[in-house]
Amino acid sequence: MNDMSLLERRVDTKDTKISARKVQVFYGDTHAIKDVDVDIQDKTVTAFIGPSGCGKSTFLRCLNRMNDTIDICRVTGDIMLDGEDIYDRRVDPVQLRAKVGMVFQKPNPFPKSIYDNVAYGPKIHGLAKNKAELDEIVEKALRRGAIWNEVKDRLHAPGTGLSGGQQQRLCIARAIATEPEVLLMDEPCSALDPIATAQVEELIDELRQSYSVVIVTHSMQQAARVSQKTAFFHLGNLVEYDDTSTIFTNPSDPRTESYITGRIG
Amino acid sequence: MPVLWLVLAVLGIALVGYVLGRSLALASAGGEIRNLHSLPSYYGSNVAMKAAVPALLLLVVWLIVQPFVVNGMVSGMIPESEISEGSNLGLVMAEVHRTSEGLSNAVAAGIIDEDTARNPGADPETMTDRLKDAGQVVTSTLTAPILAAAQRYRALHDSGAWIMSGVVLVLALAGLIWGLRESQAEFRARNTVEQGIRALLIAAASIAVLTTIGIVLSLIFNTIEFFRLYPAAEFFFSLNWAPSFSGRGGSSELGIIPLLWGTLYISFVALVVAVPVGLFAAVYLSEYATPKVRAIAKPLLEVLAGIPTIVYGLFALLTIGPILLSVFGDDTVGWMQGQRAVMTAGIAMGIMLIPFVSSLSDDIINAVPQSLRDGSYGLGATKSETIKQVILPAALPGIVGAILLAASRAIGETMIVVLGAGAAARLSLNPFEAMTTVTAKIVSQLTGDSDFASPEALVAFALGMSLFVITLGLNVLALYIVRKYREQYE
Repeated sequence: MNDMSLLERRVDTKDTKISARKVQVFYGDTHAIKDVDVDIQDKTVTAFIGPSGCGKSTFLRCLNRMNDTIDICRVTGDIMLDGEDIYDRRVDPVQLRAKVGMVFQKPNPFPKSIYDNVAYGPKIHGLAKNKAELDEIVEKALRRGAIWNEVKDRLHAPGTGLSGGQQQRLCIARAIATEPEVLLMDEPCSALDPIATAQVEELIDELRQSYSVVIVTHSMQQAARVSQKTAFFHLGNLVEYDDTSTIFTNPSDPRTESYITGRIG
Repeated sequence: MPVLWLVLAVLGIALVGYVLGRSLALASAGGEIRNLHSLPSYYGSNVAMKAAVPALLLLVVWLIVQPFVVNGMVSGMIPESEISEGSNLGLVMAEVHRTSEGLSNAVAAGIIDEDTARNPGADPETMTDRLKDAGQVVTSTLTAPILAAAQRYRALHDSGAWIMSGVVLVLALAGLIWGLRESQAEFRARNTVEQGIRALLIAAASIAVLTTIGIVLSLIFNTIEFFRLYPAAEFFFSLNWAPSFSGRGGSSELGIIPLLWGTLYISFVALVVAVPVGLFAAVYLSEYATPKVRAIAKPLLEVLAGIPTIVYGLFALLTIGPILLSVFGDDTVGWMQGQRAVMTAGIAMGIMLIPFVSSLSDDIINAVPQSLRDGSYGLGATKSETIKQVILPAALPGIVGAILLAASRAIGETMIVVLGAGAAARLSLNPFEAMTTVTAKIVSQLTGDSDFASPEALVAFALGMSLFVITLGLNVLALYIVRKYREQYE
């Protein structure tokens, strides 16, 4: 297939961070993800698009084993992070999630202070030797989350008191405070207004310098704006995966074209 | 006419009204339901409502008011001389009531005829003998004024009942006619019935509220009466509880502090038992248990809440007491002298409170949004780290509320204390000593022969009032905390 060979060529030029082969996900009797093969590259923003219920969020949650917390969910196939199978028996899902951070659809700050929200991850993973080091980690994470200037004077105010957009950037700062290698974002802007969305998108673009970012989004404009690679999911299948520009200008699959032009959804 | 028949008659009128109103409305619309404003049954209900409700309300009010009016009219007939030393008007009036009932019963049994019973010139002594023959309880020889009063009472009572029957029936009929006149096609029967239902619901709600107010008022009046007989400062600050039933006042010491100490000490022990166990059970049930285990374990735990407290009391007395005695008794360290102790009652009460704490905490923990758990797991936290650092802090205000509610139950608990804690009011720090609580003392002050005019009996109301204020305060505090917490996630 044409697009597969394109993919192979790309893989040579950039490191593959996560590679998934023949991934199947079942929720009880429902077959939610069918035979998905995908290679996610390092220091790249990859967007998953597709209509509601197509399995893009489910697949995203496979990448840090968040689906383990759901009893009826079963995952088969191989997902390799840096060549290591993350569903291997020896892999501790708790350690994995520290490496593969996640930001959720709705901002979910803990009912603690802003400082404690960010310090939560570093504390449980023992990343700081003393208070000064922890302060430094928190400040760095908040600066990279592009929220430092807004909260530096009220670090000990509750995180739940911030506005929606600030809360989401706080959650991103919280996720990057544990120094993950991959950042998964499940519709991070769906609960935000346009201005907050623009701030978060700008932030995602900056995060690309150091992380591999995977973002699930319902907005095709957002996928076009922030991502370099785009994967289109439909009814549990990965229909097409290519450079974002190719997907949006010259898709090879008729279903992709129908979706991005708004005919199926 | 007996009240039961009267009620049935009114309901009969209402039923007739329903049928008539329905058919009248239908007829006014020419038999077409579509031409009516409301469904035919609404017209019927409207008539039935107007016939029954005012009549029955009047009946209830009359039944409440009549005895007061009759008593007022009759008690004027009793001369001062009839009230002997050490007695009062109430006792004499009770005698009047008994006599009048005796007269009625004797007439009903055919021993004396109606004329004799009513005869104002009847000889009191003959009448006493006759009533005694008829098997009626008449304590001593009747005096002329009492017999006259009894006869008057009886006459008033009977005529009152007749007037009542008449007025109630007339009112029911008037309501019937009013309703029937309204049963025309364009009358908005549906809306009228709606208002009637609303009034019914308001009445139900106000009965609940008014009862609470009534309970508080009855406590308040008796409490005020108590503080007239006994100094309030001594009640609140005296360190001794030593009521005596021989003398009136003076010799008794009625300090609430030893009782309050026992109450709080036992409640504290109970909470020390119930809070950790209940909370851990709630965490297990809501976070760790599979749906299957939860479906079985939660109802089982809640069965504990359905056990009557007297059974917990027996458990305390027969099981917990002996076990504690064998561990801390004279054979070993010698801290405990008998089975009844603060610990015995406290542990039993703690077991009683476990389902209370766990069930409420479980609901509160479940109300913590899943997104917070996801957020914590997504950062690489384990389950217990998530619970300890995210879920419990988020649920804390609600859990504190649950604990306060449990505390107010512990403070108000009676039977476990009566059986498990003993009866000695004592200010001591040793949890293996017998102590007693406010509730247990309310029971002992009011059971058996108690003279409701003495401070020894009235103190029960002051104790009850203090307890009421304490638990009310705790409940208000708990509700305030719980409500404040709820606002966070809605």
